Amino acid sequence: MFNTKMPMRDMFGKALLELGSKNSDVVVLTADLTDAIKTTLFSKAFPDRFFQMGIKESDMVGTAAGMAIDGLIPFVTTFAAFATSLANQSVRVSMGYNEANVKLTSSHGGICVGGDGATHQSFEDIALMRLIPGMTIVVPCDANEAYNATFSVAKYIGPVYLRLGRIPTPVITKLDDRFEIGHAKVLREGNDIAIVANGMMVAFALEAADALASDGIQARVINMHTVKPLDISVLKSAVDECSAIVTAEEHTIIGGLGGAVSEYIGSYNPIPIERVGVKDTFGESGWPDEILKKYGLTANDIANSARRVLTRKIGRSFS
Amino acid sequence: MIRRRFNGTVDVLQLKDFATQLRRDSLRMVHHAGAGHIGGSLGLADFMAVLYGYAMEFDTENPDYINRDRIILSNGHTCPPWYAALARTGSIPLDELASFRKLGSRLQGHPARKSLPDFVETSSGPLGQGFSVANGIALSQRLKGNKTRVYCIIGDGESQEGQVWEAALTAAHYNLGSLTLFVNDNGLQIDGSTSEVMNVEPLDMKFASFGWNTRVIDGNDIESIVRELENIDPNQGKPTVIVGKTLMGKGVSFMENRSAWHGSWPDAEQLKTALREIGNSRYYTDFSITEAENV
Ligand SMILES: Cc1ncc(C[n+]2csc(CCOP(=O)(O)OP(=O)(O)O)c2C)c(N)n1
Ligand SMILES: [Mg+2]
Repeated sequence: MFNTKMPMRDMFGKALLELGSKNSDVVVLTADLTDAIKTTLFSKAFPDRFFQMGIKESDMVGTAAGMAIDGLIPFVTTFAAFATSLANQSVRVSMGYNEANVKLTSSHGGICVGGDGATHQSFEDIALMRLIPGMTIVVPCDANEAYNATFSVAKYIGPVYLRLGRIPTPVITKLDDRFEIGHAKVLREGNDIAIVANGMMVAFALEAADALASDGIQARVINMHTVKPLDISVLKSAVDECSAIVTAEEHTIIGGLGGAVSEYIGSYNPIPIERVGVKDTFGESGWPDEILKKYGLTANDIANSARRVLTRKIGRSFS
Repeated sequence: MIRRRFNGTVDVLQLKDFATQLRRDSLRMVHHAGAGHIGGSLGLADFMAVLYGYAMEFDTENPDYINRDRIILSNGHTCPPWYAALARTGSIPLDELASFRKLGSRLQGHPARKSLPDFVETSSGPLGQGFSVANGIALSQRLKGNKTRVYCIIGDGESQEGQVWEAALTAAHYNLGSLTLFVNDNGLQIDGSTSEVMNVEPLDMKFASFGWNTRVIDGNDIESIVRELENIDPNQGKPTVIVGKTLMGKGVSFMENRSAWHGSWPDAEQLKTALREIGNSRYYTDFSITEAENV
């Protein structure tokens, strides 16, 4: 369906380089993963503002907090598992509680990291970050959105978690699309059901919507790129107008986008909902396509969930 | 069969042959997986060969054997020579090596206790964690009165993690003489040389000031490894660190001492050259990779 694929982290690296020349307060920190998070361009162009911290993520986040407290705009970069879980105490207190203007940026967020396996797959990172008061969480859906989000994140004042994936994923947005933190995008109209997705699952959500359309089901597709704060107005319209929701994310169904949307629906208006995502389990080694299939994160899984939710909404079978 | 601790006379030639085979196996595993960390793995092969070929006590038939020595690979990305040693000593089927990093394999990209509980004491991958677990196992073994040894392996880059130094305090504070730490000190990590990324040297003096016995050896020299391991007295109440000066990519000219090979794997041509340079072992034959699997 989408011909061009590109890793989000590549465009993050490009945006960072441009940011560096526009704003001399922007600094970048790495923990021995320069090329993995694509900060190489920045490091070469602005060696004075690039800090190699070695393999010590807690120290890196704490150092960045100090820089932010003193007025700089640090982008802290490492794998999602280490940014949010290993360094969690530094993120919680030095960054979060201090309201330090740190931009915690991860690559390898999600389940598609390849053969490295469970320890390197991070699909609880968004939940961990949601638990920190005042944290803004941005999950771009493709490389172009990652590019645009990087500028918004830099401009925004306050702690941010910017979550990027490892592998090349379908490019579905354009470079000149507008991106605003906290403002979700309706990518496809429809009133039978709403699919609320983020990250690379947005592409699968659009594919699922196509499949559903051939069965006469009109699905609204929402790109909820900001998980915190959620765009309540877009979500409320989806609940009011579609009365059935499926969430889709490359994350555990506990505590991430699906969790956040369920919490909202639970207190606003409990309509039928299903969450597509990783179940309560650790991951394993394997190629992305095999893994997505095994863990139930395909367009097909979204479409099947949609049919089940519609059955609950209308009371007749759609499968 | 029970393999006794430091048993019999050392056959250095045989240990070298064993190391050669561990290198061949590691190269073929990562090539076949199309991913993996060959650099640190090749540098670790000699230490692994001495552990499994001479120093460690274990029972090839009974992994639960009460008197077995423990191994904790804290820098889990260098697992290929470990998996190979398990296969070559008959602990896991030889041909299972071909499943490394594949969906459903017990041989995960980083060692997983969940899939290989008989041999993997602790899952590793996130650097800095294994050392603490090794201390815990050593403390527990002492409490139970078992006279086992605990071998923990870390990388030089890994030693940048603060937790490594927390664990170093613990081992010295509790006089863990049964614990031996091996630093696979190849001077390199992902982003380049360890001294440029974030200097950790002199490692031996750091550990000495933490109250450890320290040794610095050529970590790719089988005879030195044997000698230092034999010399350790577990009853003298101090943990021992062996700072093993190793070569990343040891044995393959185009990989040696190049950080680019930290997380890379050889393509078909490179594999051929690499295997030629490593040479054949006399006692072993390569594990088989079926054509069907090789697509
Ligand atoms: C906590 C943590 N941070 C980062 C990484 C990513 N990583 C894997 S290996 C490695 C370099 C390790 O260097 P060293 O211990 O010297 O191993 P070598 O490259 O010599 O094999 C890094 C940064 C990780 N696995 N865990
Ligand atoms: Mg190293």
